[in-house]
Amino acid sequence: MNFPSPSSAEAVIAITALSRRFGSKTALDDVSLYVPQGSVFGLVGENGAGKTTLIKHILGLLRAESGTVRVFGLDPVADPVQVLGGIGYLSEQPDLPGWMRVDELLRYTQAFYPGWDRAYAEKLRAEFGLDPKARLKTLSKGQQAKAGLLAAQAHRPKLLLLDEPSSGLDPIVRRDILEAIIRTVSDEGRTVFFSSHLLEEIERVSDHIAMLHEGKLVLCGALDEIKKQHRRLTLRFPAGLSTPPVVPGALNVTGTGREWVIMRNGARNDVSVAAASLGAEIVEEGAPSLTEIFVAHAGTQAGREPSESAIPS
Amino acid sequence: MQIHISASDGIPIYLQIMGQVKRLITSGRLGPGDEMPPIRALAEQLTVNPNTVARAYLELERAGVVTKRQGAGTYVAEKPSPLSRKEKLRVLSERADTLLVEAEHLDMELEDVIDLLRERHGLFSTAAKQ
Repeated sequence: MNFPSPSSAEAVIAITALSRRFGSKTALDDVSLYVPQGSVFGLVGENGAGKTTLIKHILGLLRAESGTVRVFGLDPVADPVQVLGGIGYLSEQPDLPGWMRVDELLRYTQAFYPGWDRAYAEKLRAEFGLDPKARLKTLSKGQQAKAGLLAAQAHRPKLLLLDEPSSGLDPIVRRDILEAIIRTVSDEGRTVFFSSHLLEEIERVSDHIAMLHEGKLVLCGALDEIKKQHRRLTLRFPAGLSTPPVVPGALNVTGTGREWVIMRNGARNDVSVAAASLGAEIVEEGAPSLTEIFVAHAGTQAGREPSESAIPS
Repeated sequence: MQIHISASDGIPIYLQIMGQVKRLITSGRLGPGDEMPPIRALAEQLTVNPNTVARAYLELERAGVVTKRQGAGTYVAEKPSPLSRKEKLRVLSERADTLLVEAEHLDMELEDVIDLLRERHGLFSTAAKQ
């Protein structure tokens, strides 16, 4: 199958029409996405949306049932040595051999990567404040995450791949992880792909995002564009409404009484015309945060009341 | 140069950076000819994408607020920004509306608001001279 995207030539990751089922559950449903070289690509979604399944395909741990996965232009299942050699990977629960010491972990990991940079590894180790003689099993959760990040970063991978890296960690370790992402992408031509449900973090460091919801890609593109396309409008009605107004073109509608907030994705005109025909006035307009955009899409796609799908910000 | 950004209020981060740089210049904490931090350093400090900082710098340069010297970093411009009068009024009108709404809610007379503006302006010019 040919890649439909013209930019796929420079794509570090190119996924086309990928679907995956586990028994009767559809984990990924016709997902296509392209990760441009040099980008920080944030993958957003609720728990169980399919983020980890997607990442396992990128690592070649799962074979594409239908569709194709290419990393650096290669099939990660057919060419694991080439693909994994260029990836630095950190999972939500780094699977580190607990009996090893920090310095042993570094020597052990180094053996897999010809591009290992010993001076860089030592610099990061000192910055992270990891004791080289400490056994991994004695480290705190945050220090273990740092050790995992160090092992993932020190061979200066072409692609840094992080699956929920900051999940359950304190703000100081989260900041180290975000800094690692920024350092990686500042290094000419390197790419970061990371999944998170911490939308504020994604918004800070990403330039591209994809949003998975129940295995389907509901949004994908440059963060600036996505933010530009979405607006939050407050409509004021002459009298209170007991049920949400039906506004064509609105992703979701929330509110009570006379004032209702709608999120739109597309032309403003649709909403102003609709508002006028309902006898309502647009009293406020603003730029939504990524969290608000996410909640609006997740609510719409599930066909539920938006409030039920709200995730804590 | 110390700035703070928040990803939770919907305003694009590059606009927050631009706004705060302008504010620092207006308040005199950044003066004409001062050097701006390198893009990468500011990105790491704020933990934001370097492209976001680069975009803020580019837009500030386009607006005449900063100038780039070839291979030598970015500096606060010597001359005030060459925005058209119409554009300046447009930018300020929005701010003025917000201020007037607040004042109305707080039962402040227009005269009091004008006095306050004079007083604040006095503080800014003192800071700029230092």
